[in-house]
Amino acid sequence: MPEESTPRRERKRTVQQMVIVGVIATAIGIAIGLSIHWFPPADSTQADQIDTLWDVLVIATVPVFVLVTVIVCFSVLEFRMRPGEENLDGPPIHGNTKLEVIWTAVPAILIVGLVTYAYVVMRDIEEAPAAGNERVVTVTGQQFTWTFAYNEGGKKFSTAQLYLPAGQSVKFDVKSKDVIHDFWVPDFRMKIDAVPGITTHYRVTPKNPGAIGDHPIVCAELCGLGHAFMRQTAHVLSKPDFDKWLQKMTAKPAGGGGGGAAAAVDAKALFTAGDADTGATACATCHTLADAGAKGQVGPDLDKVLKGKDAAFIKESILEPDKEIAPGFQPGVMPSNFGDTLSPEQVDALVKYLSEVTNK
Amino acid sequence: MPVALRVPGWWRALEFTILGVAFSYALTIGLRALFGYDPLLDGEAVLAVALLLTPLFFLVGIGCFDYWFYWASGRPTRPEDHSGHGARSWRDYFRVNTDHKVIGVQYVVTSFFFLFVGGLLAMLMRAELAAPGRQFVDANTFNGLFSVHASLLIFLFVIPVFAGLANFVLPLMIGAPDMAFPRLNALSYWMLPLAGTMMLLSFAAPGGSFASGWTAYAPLSTSAPIGQEFFTIGVQFAGASSIATALNFLVTIITMRAPGMSFFRMPLLVWANFSTSLLVVIATPFIAASQFFVLLDRGLGFNFFNPVKGGDVLMYQHVFWFYSHPAVYIMMLPGFGIISEILAVKARKPIFGYRMMAFSLLAIVVLGFTVWAHHMFVSGMQPWIRVPMMVTTAIIAIPTGIKIFSWLATLWRGVLHLDTPMLFALGFLTMFTCGGISGVMLAMIPLTIHVSDTYFIVAHIHYVLFGGSLFTIFAGVYYWFPKMTGRMYDERLGRLHFWLTFIFFNLTFGPMHIIGVQGMPRRVYDYADKFATWNLVISIFAFILGLSTLVFAYNMIASWRGGPRAVANPWRALTLEWQVSSPPPIFNFDAIPTVVGGPYEYGVPGAVHGVFKGAEVPAPAGTHATTTAE
Repeated sequence: MPEESTPRRERKRTVQQMVIVGVIATAIGIAIGLSIHWFPPADSTQADQIDTLWDVLVIATVPVFVLVTVIVCFSVLEFRMRPGEENLDGPPIHGNTKLEVIWTAVPAILIVGLVTYAYVVMRDIEEAPAAGNERVVTVTGQQFTWTFAYNEGGKKFSTAQLYLPAGQSVKFDVKSKDVIHDFWVPDFRMKIDAVPGITTHYRVTPKNPGAIGDHPIVCAELCGLGHAFMRQTAHVLSKPDFDKWLQKMTAKPAGGGGGGAAAAVDAKALFTAGDADTGATACATCHTLADAGAKGQVGPDLDKVLKGKDAAFIKESILEPDKEIAPGFQPGVMPSNFGDTLSPEQVDALVKYLSEVTNK
Repeated sequence: MPVALRVPGWWRALEFTILGVAFSYALTIGLRALFGYDPLLDGEAVLAVALLLTPLFFLVGIGCFDYWFYWASGRPTRPEDHSGHGARSWRDYFRVNTDHKVIGVQYVVTSFFFLFVGGLLAMLMRAELAAPGRQFVDANTFNGLFSVHASLLIFLFVIPVFAGLANFVLPLMIGAPDMAFPRLNALSYWMLPLAGTMMLLSFAAPGGSFASGWTAYAPLSTSAPIGQEFFTIGVQFAGASSIATALNFLVTIITMRAPGMSFFRMPLLVWANFSTSLLVVIATPFIAASQFFVLLDRGLGFNFFNPVKGGDVLMYQHVFWFYSHPAVYIMMLPGFGIISEILAVKARKPIFGYRMMAFSLLAIVVLGFTVWAHHMFVSGMQPWIRVPMMVTTAIIAIPTGIKIFSWLATLWRGVLHLDTPMLFALGFLTMFTCGGISGVMLAMIPLTIHVSDTYFIVAHIHYVLFGGSLFTIFAGVYYWFPKMTGRMYDERLGRLHFWLTFIFFNLTFGPMHIIGVQGMPRRVYDYADKFATWNLVISIFAFILGLSTLVFAYNMIASWRGGPRAVANPWRALTLEWQVSSPPPIFNFDAIPTVVGGPYEYGVPGAVHGVFKGAEVPAPAGTHATTTAE
């Protein structure tokens, strides 16, 4: 039904208006996109590059979204059916080869550019530093905790928290004891799965001095019940502080974790404050124990659940906490790596202390 | 024996289900006795066998195999008896029926049931996530909630609802009296409720429902409690259903087009389902394989994924994603087809660049098989694989871009009828563009290293599957509602539904981009305190989004029961399904149509897509359309 009425719209002006609105909207969109505080602090040299890539992606993609949205909105405004047009049809336009070539070629060019840039960034953030200037830390994931193993000048020790010097590249060898985990430090931007059977890697250089402080470590791959709680801390220390810490750790006997070499272990202090050197969590953070004045609510009340239990049970509960779970609590919450991060002396002292105070 | 237990139907299905359970017990106990295992009764073994066999017994009982059994045993099969064809009352929708229109409605209604169940699970998740720490479910239940939510919505909603819509519409569109294999079609449908019931039943399993996500990564899934098997086996039935339907579509499209319906006169919905079916037939066996690996690892100690015994953990992911990436397109291409139909009709213009639209679908099919490992950028696989996968992933944006721009050009200078289907189609255009953009961002390896496994991914897939797929599904359901039910839906409620969905969808999933980049991992039931505010906000908007679906449910139910009668062609569309009455006659066409032109010749004076020769070309029931070609 060819309609003889006047052309429905003045197209030239519509296009002009659309271009103007589109340019303004793009500018506003990019401004918003760049001003949103997207990322956590950028505390590794790798982080800066990834954050810049993000900004480039925002600048490159906002115009695409604006283009589509503006055309949809203008079509709705300009070409919506008005009263009396119920039986009107649009013009039978079947295509336009020139346009189709343009909207194939332009996105293709954009994509080639972005992919090339992303490739360059990838090469940069994974590049190894000059030989000898890198520390290796072995990160082992297990349900539901991370253990960090150091090998410093032949001395091996393990910790429950990650300690790194600022300004020096560190390579993580990531392993898993059971299922797949993912070792992620959001402030460093890097992550990799911990896969049973293979060792995976990545490297970061914490910024000096910007990164000095604490950074959350997160498990990013669903690993079971305690996945959400598999959070620990990376402590970035200044070079002198780190060296001091290293000295303290390597002065201790090899194997096991920290713990006084000769001095008797103060089990009560260990219970309330944890081990500051390895970062082993204090029992008191989660448990209640009247003798130590601890009032933690996350785990079972030790005054109650340990009453009448023998030393072997207490030891098992520390080393393999998921073997027997107190009623009303979930497995997978308590770290299962105290065998690695406490020395045998520390464990024995804790067992002795706990069985004394709960069986009074 | 009472008649009810001998004729196909629910009583016989119940009888056979009980038989199936009994047989599973007998088989397991018998085999264990034979091999001298102790104890004879092993719950997990019985369950695995029962989950595999009982559904088959049920299918026999309800009557899916009667015809084939008659034929195989040499009894008369009564080929001209169409008693199992067409619906005469609502009860016929609860029986094995071979009419593609009945099956289409069964599919759509069943999958929408699972949409509501899956959505309800999402509401429970958002309630738990409203504040850090434990609210009202424990970690195990929460992991189960998101696992079942995703599995139901992927395998029991998005994939089958598209199969359902196409089941109803596609034979009509190509001028065929039915699908090529009507009995196979019925069998495909009946496997679905079984798969869905199985996944829901997992909540009753000791140790809770399956809780390793819809991805069921090994070795978490191979070491999980028994609830995992409900997923492992449920997926097999959903997958088998999907493959059988896809074969049916392929054969129907290739062999049963009306005279004159060349491939390049087919509506784009037919092209889209042709492409999707190719993907399903090639890719779906891979997820079946991945889950059989898990089943064999769990049940029989095959150690496919046990590194201590030489197993390879990463292999699971490669096999799984070789299906599950193409699955993303299985969940999107049919929606592309729906949008093409609606935009052409509602803008009163031909689809811009019809051939490029068809070719870009095929390009996506081919490219879709070359990108699977982009889900594994941080999996620890060989690092070099990441680069070619990044390139192919980015390239997929080009055919997708061609489709978006062609749709925009279709709108331009049209006469836009802004009713509910059109609003959802336009909403799809903008929201899917958003999801596509975050998809291109995710192709970039360095960015993905940071955001993979975070809420940014959750936001991305919901923009693609909710803002993308679900918007097209809503659009399609509103668009074909008059044809399927013979009634008109309530336009005002439809628009209300659109605006509520559009606004609260963005408010729910938009902020997830931000908390994802900030560092909130996905699949956690507890999170750092700094994400608390956003999570509360998201939860509140999610509840409103959930409530908005009630408007849709009310509109559909009330309009189906008492809406005004629909005319044959309320949208003045050219495609063939609108040239017959609403709802269509039992064998679709009283006279076989001859196709004389393209499907979208809007604005061309006097153009028609198909002509009906009238009474001189009678179409005997059950005859193939092609046999009457001149």
